[in-house]
Amino acid sequence: MSAERLSVSFEVNGEPVVAEVSPLQRLSSVLRDGLGLTGTKVGCDAGDCGACSVEVDGAVVCACLVPAAGLSGSRVRTVEGLSNGSLSALQESFLRHGAAQCGICTPGVLVSAAALLEKNPAPSETEVQDALGGVLCRCTGYRKIIDAVMNANRSVASDAAMVEQGRAVGASPIRLDGERKVSGAEVFGADERPADALSVAVVRSPHWHADFEIGDTEAFIAAHPGIVAVFTAADIPGENRFGVIPPFADQPALAGGRARFRGEAVALIAGERAAIEALDMDAFPVSWKALPHALTPDEARRPDFPDLHEGRTGNQLTQGFVESGDPEAALAGAFVSVSGEIETSYVEHAYIEPEAGFAAMEGDTLVIKACTQAPYMDRDDTARVLGLPPERVRIVPLAAGGGFGSKLDISLQPLVGLVTLKTGRPAAMVYTRGDSMRSTTKRHPAAMRASIGADAAGRVTGMVFEGDFNTGAYASWGPTVANRVPVHASGPYRTPNYRATGRAIHTNGPVSGAFRGFGVPQATIMQETLYDRLAEKLGRDRLAFRIDNALVDGDRTTCGQALSGVGIRDCLEALKPHWARAQAEADSANAGDGRLRRGIGVASCWYGCGNTALPNPSKIRVGVTASGAVMLHQGAVDIGQGSNTVVTQICADASGLPLSAFQLVGGDTGVTPDAGKTSASRQTYVTGKAAEKAGRALREKILRFANVSDAAVIGLEDGALVIREGAVRRRVELAEIEAGSDGYAFCAEETYDPPTTALDGKGQGVPYAVYGYGAQLVELEVDTTLGTVRLLRIVAAHDVGRAINPLLVEGQIEGGIAQGIGLALMEEYVPGRTENLHDYLIPTIGDVPPIETILVEVPDPEGPFGAKGLGEHVLIPTAPAILNAIRHAVGVEVTKVPATPSRILAAIRAREAGQ
Amino acid sequence: MDYARPTELEEALGLLCSRRWTILAGGTDFYPALGAGPLKSDVLDINGLSALEGIHETATHIVIGARTSWSAVIDAPLPPGFDMLKLAAREVGSVQIQNAGTVAGNLCNASPAADGVPPLLALDAEVELRSAEGVRYLPLAAFILGNRKTARAPNELLTAIRVPRASARGNSGFVKLGARRYLVISIAMAAARVVIDGGRIAEAAVSVGSCSAVAQRLSGLEAQLKGARVADIRSAVASCDLSELSPIDDVRGTAAYRLEAAREITARALERALGVAAERGAMA
Repeated sequence: MSAERLSVSFEVNGEPVVAEVSPLQRLSSVLRDGLGLTGTKVGCDAGDCGACSVEVDGAVVCACLVPAAGLSGSRVRTVEGLSNGSLSALQESFLRHGAAQCGICTPGVLVSAAALLEKNPAPSETEVQDALGGVLCRCTGYRKIIDAVMNANRSVASDAAMVEQGRAVGASPIRLDGERKVSGAEVFGADERPADALSVAVVRSPHWHADFEIGDTEAFIAAHPGIVAVFTAADIPGENRFGVIPPFADQPALAGGRARFRGEAVALIAGERAAIEALDMDAFPVSWKALPHALTPDEARRPDFPDLHEGRTGNQLTQGFVESGDPEAALAGAFVSVSGEIETSYVEHAYIEPEAGFAAMEGDTLVIKACTQAPYMDRDDTARVLGLPPERVRIVPLAAGGGFGSKLDISLQPLVGLVTLKTGRPAAMVYTRGDSMRSTTKRHPAAMRASIGADAAGRVTGMVFEGDFNTGAYASWGPTVANRVPVHASGPYRTPNYRATGRAIHTNGPVSGAFRGFGVPQATIMQETLYDRLAEKLGRDRLAFRIDNALVDGDRTTCGQALSGVGIRDCLEALKPHWARAQAEADSANAGDGRLRRGIGVASCWYGCGNTALPNPSKIRVGVTASGAVMLHQGAVDIGQGSNTVVTQICADASGLPLSAFQLVGGDTGVTPDAGKTSASRQTYVTGKAAEKAGRALREKILRFANVSDAAVIGLEDGALVIREGAVRRRVELAEIEAGSDGYAFCAEETYDPPTTALDGKGQGVPYAVYGYGAQLVELEVDTTLGTVRLLRIVAAHDVGRAINPLLVEGQIEGGIAQGIGLALMEEYVPGRTENLHDYLIPTIGDVPPIETILVEVPDPEGPFGAKGLGEHVLIPTAPAILNAIRHAVGVEVTKVPATPSRILAAIRAREAGQ
Repeated sequence: MDYARPTELEEALGLLCSRRWTILAGGTDFYPALGAGPLKSDVLDINGLSALEGIHETATHIVIGARTSWSAVIDAPLPPGFDMLKLAAREVGSVQIQNAGTVAGNLCNASPAADGVPPLLALDAEVELRSAEGVRYLPLAAFILGNRKTARAPNELLTAIRVPRASARGNSGFVKLGARRYLVISIAMAAARVVIDGGRIAEAAVSVGSCSAVAQRLSGLEAQLKGARVADIRSAVASCDLSELSPIDDVRGTAAYRLEAAREITARALERALGVAAERGAMA
């Protein structure tokens, strides 16, 4: 703002403050940038997400919409003001209920809830929803938030934080990083910024596809005081291409001469913060020549449309393929068969934290602190772009305010890194919501068709599946989607004759990458909706049909892999009593002929944990210090799902040390070994297994030192290990032990890599070592006059092998379901049109119904303590179960998701017209 | 760029004579429009004008000051004819938005999906526009000219919304249709106010939003409803032509869907106004 600065006196959390502000500066900026109160988060700068909710004179408002000029004399309360030396009852309740996951929305939720509780100490569910309707949460699915607020003022008998030694696995201790998430102390990407940092603005393509020329940047810099430098592709010292899968790496950090999607970065402007904030981006000298563009695979495959990347003929990036038996013969000979087509939309991750971070030099090492899901991949990609050896780049993950797959790819890392390398000054960047939505990855839109056949006994005999996945302008995780889908498209059902093809096709749309499920949620919509039609043709109960076909131990997958520890049948059977009740309730509700029709639906999931048929190691280091602290170098980035807690619980029980002795060392590539990326539901299983091995190795070393057997119990007392075995008691003074090169008195480091094999030309092999399973039952009501859907209840049965932390498991299930609801009913990212959080809709606290979780524990022989992954599994069944319930309610198939009211009503009218 | 935060109305009106200003009230439309970019216009902040606060009554009108927030409307004791405005207020964005955003700002922003317009149309509201030269009153329908377009002259300030007492008679209802529960821009919405006399509808005011560039009164339906029995509402709505509406296809729904849904929610708004026990609906 250029208007003159002024001084305003007001009160923050009971303390008087005086701030120098510009009159229209947002209160969120006054608090964060002026007063250093970074507990208040910024998610959209438009009042759409509520993350910045604060109280001003007793009213909850979005701090991003409050001008500083009016603050004089007002009283402001932020998350930092909720605790008074100790956490408030509400904050404690949030920890106890697991109501904070990544924690980015938590301050806004807490401030809003605290205001409610002051007026109404025992609110109803609806009152809580009305009070919190303005704060979006992308992680929790809101149900635990509702419980935490409703129960905030109820006294609690037991302390959930206490966990008995050796019994950490299976307990639900308060998440180890929980307190800083509810106090506002957590440091996210935008919460740390060196005082002397330059700000960096990105010039992005306004065109889908265009050639461009950058004009006189020297003149531009000269005309803009405070602007220090402009950088383009020509300034990139290394190889100007990055990508999560090195053989496919194709994306320039800054496009060189041609932009292939709207939002692609083409130049950087670095300057003093005030200069960048005042900069009119339209003044940047760049001229564009728009080129013909394709936004769908069909357009991109037209013979007259050029290939976007050399060597990718017909704009096909890659194809995945699995075949077994003779599917055509099976379908031809089937007693009944069904065929269908389904289309899905771009889906935006919509984490509440836009990408943010900064770079700074530390000696000759470039240090980048930013939100991420994959520190080592960031390091290697950034080093390549900047022409540095990987050791000279250090990635320090700041807390990630949600990721869901998109923060696996680098975003701002090479950009701030380039500015720092070139200028020698720290460089910081915070994406706007629009930049985040325009420039980062999406869920692949899919166009799928499939046929499935069954015999007279109701056994599935064959299936053919084909899916085209719009992978956008660059490769990102397109190959993973193309390969993972064919492996999973059968669902967790015996399918003896099978062919599935998944193609990733380039377009000028946003880059499609990883999003919770890597294409499997889309493919499962296809398969599970066909299963309902198949059951109907067979005259079979839909749940019973699935139970009959569910994989069991010893069955082979379509890849020929023999399975063990298969829990899908148990999950489906666990739903049986709920299915019967729901069916009866729906029948009774539908007995009249009102405009509201009830429906119930069921769908399953299975999901292989970790990379598909590729190496995927994790390494864990754990050491005991001279003072008796157990330091866990835990590189599995916790993006809210709970790996900080789960991996520690595993290591605690494997080592036999008390959970309370553990301290976490984060995924800083300078001090912690590579635990791989947080993706593919691999951290509990793969990193957990490494932690189990490291814990056991540490125990072994201590026991050997003390010369006792594995039956001994290890305790920690005042800087000493106290080892007891029967009558033997040995005290090991840690300070007296010479520390190793790692600095620890005792230290162990172990690696685990899942035993998989490459797939052959027909997709046969062992793509994953561990699978997780689940099934969900949805009950809903369709308003036949408006096409609207009201969800009534969801019952989710998930086989997690062993629930290391049942509360966190529930949190994953509820959060995954909320994203599944969005996928099914409202989320449709339209490039160029829905680049904000009011046109792009994600579920609010009023859109997620009560969820009943049934934990099924069929131990996996490979997983740590029998555990399987679950982060992505939980999203997969929700959308198909919703579509199946809609069909059950009103007899229509919606073949394009999301099933918006408009599409549902159109399907109802089309059906009526056809009758 | 200049910024001014006058405390006297005369001062504000004087400034408005000098050049073109962007007016800042609750900020809930101002900041989203500003985005991350620099300010490109002079800003007149009216939050220092205590004269524009609050709701009061005159002999002829109920007057909503231009700085009145949605929450203040919800909390104000107002006749049942205003229930539709209160229902709309509860559906504006979220509590956070209702606490900051103003009803008058909603009119000046002139979005086709402005939640306040259908109920205020059905209340025959007019706007008070003041300038250094004087004051004029414009019916709401004459004030909002199109998508993001109003009849406010650059030297004028919308100082109040006035509802004739006679138009606040009867009972009212409002229905907003959106694709999620909170924080939603409507696909369509309907407001209805009905005066019953001797079991028949003596007066009906019905309007629909998000189905045309500016929300519209359904005068054809209103005429049809006059004299009708309460039981005839559904058939009247079913047979009216809705020619006032001209919905478009967009990400929220198709034009055909909007038209069909508008008819249904209009019936529901009327039923709500009359306290007719309607079957509970999903998201509407």
